[in-house]
Amino acid sequence: MIARALATLGRTALGTLAALGRGAIFVGSALSHLLRPPFYAREFWLACLQIGWMSLPVVGLTALFTGAALALQIYAGSARFSAEAVVPSITAIGMVRELGPVLGGLMVAARVASSIAAEIGTMKVTEQIDALVTLSTHPMKYLTVPRMLAATLCVPVLVGIGDVIGIMGGWLVGTGRLGFNSAAYMKNTWEYLEFWDVGSGLVKGAAFGFIIALTGCYYGMNSGRGAQGVGRATKSAVVAASIAILAANYLLTEAFFAS
Amino acid sequence: MIELRGVQKSFGSKVVLRSVDLTVPRGESMVIIGGSGTGKSVLLKCILGLIQPDGGLISLDGQDVTKAPRDAFLARFGMLFQGGALFDSLPVWQNVAFRLLRGSLKRPIEEARAIAIEKLRRVGMGPEVADLFPAELSGGMQKRVGLARAIAAEPEIIFFDEPTTGLDPIMAGVINDLIREIVVEMGATAMTITHDMSSVRAIADRVAMLHEGRVQWTGTISEMDATPDPYVQQFIHGRAEGPIAALR
Repeated sequence: MIARALATLGRTALGTLAALGRGAIFVGSALSHLLRPPFYAREFWLACLQIGWMSLPVVGLTALFTGAALALQIYAGSARFSAEAVVPSITAIGMVRELGPVLGGLMVAARVASSIAAEIGTMKVTEQIDALVTLSTHPMKYLTVPRMLAATLCVPVLVGIGDVIGIMGGWLVGTGRLGFNSAAYMKNTWEYLEFWDVGSGLVKGAAFGFIIALTGCYYGMNSGRGAQGVGRATKSAVVAASIAILAANYLLTEAFFAS
Repeated sequence: MIELRGVQKSFGSKVVLRSVDLTVPRGESMVIIGGSGTGKSVLLKCILGLIQPDGGLISLDGQDVTKAPRDAFLARFGMLFQGGALFDSLPVWQNVAFRLLRGSLKRPIEEARAIAIEKLRRVGMGPEVADLFPAELSGGMQKRVGLARAIAAEPEIIFFDEPTTGLDPIMAGVINDLIREIVVEMGATAMTITHDMSSVRAIADRVAMLHEGRVQWTGTISEMDATPDPYVQQFIHGRAEGPIAALR
């Protein structure tokens, strides 16, 4: 009984370490290919379109509703000690520092990590990745690097746009439902917002973009056989990307704001 | 010339290739037959470096393939995959001209497109399919496009992995004839994996039978018909009874 439990524990530990090792090798390989030619510009622009442009509606809507709900919540809380005037600034700070990057990142993870894992997994199952190799094209360079670069550059842009839309969501609720004067709301928003509030969110966005593309590509490239294998890879990519985003968010927040 | 000496490959505890010895002279069309799961596709993938063998030596024109510069080595090969393996996101002509649009064999885009259309014509397809996507093609048409892609850069060596699987007998005959014509016309060395005996007879200069991870038998078509080897006879006549265990 104890021996069996220890064996299970050992197998789990070894499996986890092996997975971490494979992940680290994958990251190292992707980064090394990022620096060496050839570079596939067409694949990069297509990835920007898929990851950046096509994610705009989902990120924009998420930010709009989040900003609106945040303004309502902060108003309800601040009204308890007659501090309603902080609603614009706290909504803006909450959006740009935390909710914009995290919720934007999670929405992009759901949309993009799943699509990358499914696409590359299907390519693996149908031997398209083998075909790439026989056509003298390295799959890491052709599939992973353009997506990784595109996500790292596009997600901060999405986060920036999401920040603006989120703040506008707060403004809509503030002026429409909570009785704020429009000019005073905007003045309050900008007056207390610092450069690093926005900058830290954009850095988080870049880190989340990197994580999203990397997990999508990793699980796609390591997809099992058949529809079930691709389905499992897709699910794992979304779960891993989401958890990694939340963990990275904590670590980056700790690094940026702990003092 | 492709030479394999004592090539071994296992996946976990499952031994797929025990010790494969095989020689394919330049310009010869070698067909590899054998039951499902005997390692035929693994063998081709080992030669191409898609799978690392556990042991043995694979050489091309006397040079160990693991030591050859990768790009130059792969530029000598073309491969038709079992399911075509066409890239869904690219139109047909870009699939065919894939190698000519990037890397060391890169050509101007108009020239690459013209070559792609010429190769499509060679496999019996008109220029009207050039801008279609693979999903818009039938299985037979996808095989033809895969064949056009395999020959687009005029490789010295072409591999065909089960080229007629999933095709009706007439389309299978068309693909077999195309393979034979193209291999003869280009003077290419060819290795084909198939279960289809009509393909074997249409394509092969020589036949090798793989069984239990070893080359069980090699010879020409006429030798294959005449050999008393019970494994070959059971396979080519599709008998359930014989030394090759058939699961029911």
